[in-house]
Amino acid sequence: MPAPIRLRELIRTIRTARTQAEEREMIQKECAAIRSSFREEDNTYRCRNVAKLLYMHMLGYPAHFGQLECLKLIASQKFTDKRIGYLGAMLLLDERQDVHLLMTNCIKNDLNHSTQYVQGLALCTLGCMGSSEMCRDLAGEVEKLLKTSNSYLRKKAALCAVHVIRKVPELMEMFLPATKNLLSEKNHGVLHTSVVLLTEMCERSPDMLSHFRKLVPQLVRILKNLIMSGYSPEHDVSGISDPFLQVRILRLLRILGRSDDDSSEAMNDILAQVATNTETSKNVGNAILYETVLTIMDIKSESGLRVLAINILGRFLLNNDKNIRYVALTSLLKTVQTDHNAVQRHRSTIVDCLKDLDVSIKRRAMELSFALVNGNNIRGMMKELLYFLDSCDPDFKADCASGVFLAAEKYAPSKRWHIDTIMRVLTTSGSYVRDDSVPNLIQLITNSVEMHAYTVQRLYKALLDDISQQPLVQVSSWCIGEYGDLLVSGQCEEEEPIQVTEDEVLDVLEGLLVSNLSTPVTRGYSLTAIMKLSTRFSSVNRIKKVVSIYGSSIDVELQQRAVEYNAMFKKYDHMRPALLERMPIMEKSSSNGPTEMVQTNGETEPSALESKHPPPVTQPTNQANDLLDLLGGNDVGPVIQTSMPTKQASSGGELLDLLGDLSLTGGPTSAPVSTGPPPLPGFLLDGLSSSQNLFNDISAAGIPSMTAYNKNGLKIEFTFERATPNPNIAVITIHASNTTDADMTEFVFQAAVPKTFQLQLLSPSSNVVPAMNQGTVTQVIRVLNPQKQQLRMRIKLTYSHKGSAVQDLAEASGRVVWEPDPEHGVETP
Amino acid sequence: MMHFLLLFNRQSRLRLQKWFMPVSERFKRKVIRDMTMMVVGRPARSCNFLQWRDLKIVYKRYASLYFCVGMESEDNELLTLEVLHRYVEMLDKYFGNVCELDLIFNFEKAYYILDEFLMGGEVLETSKIDIGVAIEDADVLQETLEEYMSKPTY
Repeated sequence: MPAPIRLRELIRTIRTARTQAEEREMIQKECAAIRSSFREEDNTYRCRNVAKLLYMHMLGYPAHFGQLECLKLIASQKFTDKRIGYLGAMLLLDERQDVHLLMTNCIKNDLNHSTQYVQGLALCTLGCMGSSEMCRDLAGEVEKLLKTSNSYLRKKAALCAVHVIRKVPELMEMFLPATKNLLSEKNHGVLHTSVVLLTEMCERSPDMLSHFRKLVPQLVRILKNLIMSGYSPEHDVSGISDPFLQVRILRLLRILGRSDDDSSEAMNDILAQVATNTETSKNVGNAILYETVLTIMDIKSESGLRVLAINILGRFLLNNDKNIRYVALTSLLKTVQTDHNAVQRHRSTIVDCLKDLDVSIKRRAMELSFALVNGNNIRGMMKELLYFLDSCDPDFKADCASGVFLAAEKYAPSKRWHIDTIMRVLTTSGSYVRDDSVPNLIQLITNSVEMHAYTVQRLYKALLDDISQQPLVQVSSWCIGEYGDLLVSGQCEEEEPIQVTEDEVLDVLEGLLVSNLSTPVTRGYSLTAIMKLSTRFSSVNRIKKVVSIYGSSIDVELQQRAVEYNAMFKKYDHMRPALLERMPIMEKSSSNGPTEMVQTNGETEPSALESKHPPPVTQPTNQANDLLDLLGGNDVGPVIQTSMPTKQASSGGELLDLLGDLSLTGGPTSAPVSTGPPPLPGFLLDGLSSSQNLFNDISAAGIPSMTAYNKNGLKIEFTFERATPNPNIAVITIHASNTTDADMTEFVFQAAVPKTFQLQLLSPSSNVVPAMNQGTVTQVIRVLNPQKQQLRMRIKLTYSHKGSAVQDLAEASGRVVWEPDPEHGVETP
Repeated sequence: MMHFLLLFNRQSRLRLQKWFMPVSERFKRKVIRDMTMMVVGRPARSCNFLQWRDLKIVYKRYASLYFCVGMESEDNELLTLEVLHRYVEMLDKYFGNVCELDLIFNFEKAYYILDEFLMGGEVLETSKIDIGVAIEDADVLQETLEEYMSKPTY
């Protein structure tokens, strides 16, 4: 058997290959030769073969058959073998293969070898890829080596200990005694790795952290020596002595001083010294300054020091070096929450960074700009951000648009400005706007009642220019559908009203239906808009024609809509005006989190997930549509509120809190309750929940009414009905009556249910509960209970009584499930 | 800590790969693919830092090779640039005016030098001299008759 070819030869040969196929062929040939050589258990050339195998592995070819060979090499006595064997182990093996455990014994022996380089190899391998089992077995050896006086081994043992702690945190205690005099070493390598070890321990265990706080003076001293010491050739980097060690010490100081006043005070001087004395002409000096700034911001430093830190970051922002600017923007983003005012001072520089050519810098600048927007600078900042939006890369546009919407919502100085900003975003970057902003925008527009005419006019004009940007088109067609009457009547106050005829409007909307640019969703929007205009415009015939044409559309969604609208013209024409009425104002939950659409009387808004279904215009009497809404609607637990225009406060958010209280597991208040809770104690519907026989009675006789609330003279009764044909829907009518001698005004009834239910609250009969039982306020609630669970409802009542505002919470629960009606025979899906 | 260190050239040929975290082969291939695509595609005067998933990526180009490091968010990017520079200096001192070919034909030496400088994703030794001494001593240990006769070991 001739000697296998040398590594160099192989590399040279492979490099001459001109195509991938040629290379593959050569490699396969060589692999076959290597395999047969392995089979022959050739000791002399094993290291050569493994070296070749490692080269081929780097090119991307499989080399797993060499794993055992690496182990054999590790076990060999020759240093050459061990060296390449350990390298092979690190490249080919990892803790996922069981084979690696066979290494443990070899490593153990090598850790006690007479030659320090062999020990070093073993430590290195263990420290790079040791699995938890190996670490457990060999931790003792590592700990022993940590106490040796040989600095070469000590530094390796320290980093190996770091790895062991990362893999098996419980072993941390074992290394504690060895750390006693680590910092009194002179050798920088040992010092550096010791600091890393201490950092790791402090990060993982608060006990260790408090234990090591006493090292702060020593660390400060070491750092001072580094700064003050003269030139040391072996550690010098551009005139700075051992920047790696300096940065590591600064990082450890950060962790030690974090919530501790004494430690922070002990470091103040040295931090100030480093911050002012470090040479900033080269990258290395800036690296140290950067770490210093991070440390100052994180510990309990005095305000003068913090100002110094922010100023350093400000100087970084003006630096020519892009890396430094990037780093400054990143750090400012971290500090903007805590030191908002200080960062505001640098706002103009940050905004300039938006115009930088570098993509990473632009992104950071954009994030930071959004963080800096507040009520005072909103106009100026928005101008810059909109300009940025126009000219930035497509990847940024979605994020930027969302950010603009959020900022505009929080700080808009006026409604008109808000609408203008939205229009600007929609017209310039309309196609990049996220899908979930369309419902948000619609809701916003609905709420700014006085701007309706202006808004619809502007949207109409935008639509005339360009119909390719789908979000813009969707919002526009929705608005035209809603406010078309304002458009043709030319009522706009804010700007010059345009003269538009009904036919022109219908032309535009029909144009959307036929255009190739419109997506199916957009077509749905425009068809619905056209339908809505049938109650607002006089040219009903034209609309009827359009609707009937689409009754045979290929698109199932459009067809269904058209058929239903057709039905509205034919069979339900008497209901049409009521059905297509103007939508009332929708309340929004708190604007901090993701805005959730709130269900209001009579209609449901699509959630972010269901953006395919534009808001259908229904009143509850149209049952087919109701089922669609109820069944196809939100995943989020619905939060209901009656829409009293006076109540503009974000009571949605409070209701979410109500739901949180409902959760028996005490989960977060933002999410509705999970399914299947056990029955609540002390509920009011004892009669219902106890026996099953009631159900048979129920299907015939109906659930008896119950008193859900009776306190302070206000009594709320629930009466139940079934809603055919869906047995899962219960219709509850509440009757509120007042036994006191004064009226209860501004009466608002709110309800929340767990996530498995869906709730729809309809308009109350009035919001005044007259005194002395002279009348009742009624309101209808529809509850969908697909999982046939026990109904639990939290109710919240607010009203004004004798001049003072009253609020109360209550809970109601019980079984409100209908059996399939034997008369009808089949259960509705 | 660093999660990985990759060396590749403009044609996306990998010259060195060091993984400091145990990950699957599939993940390694994905990372290599993503890194080469992202880094090689960057314009010349851009910033050396990127964000990829939850890791910070620091890269630097030296002649025909890109040195690319993936590290955690607490690490200091500017210092990592210095780490890369120190590694290149070490290679340069060992090979004498190092170029890509040196790293191709002596890839195992590049790994040995790396293992004296970094371990477990952290810097092991900060002294230029000590690293050089350790490598030389280890090479002496490895010396075989062939080496003595200036022939390659493997």
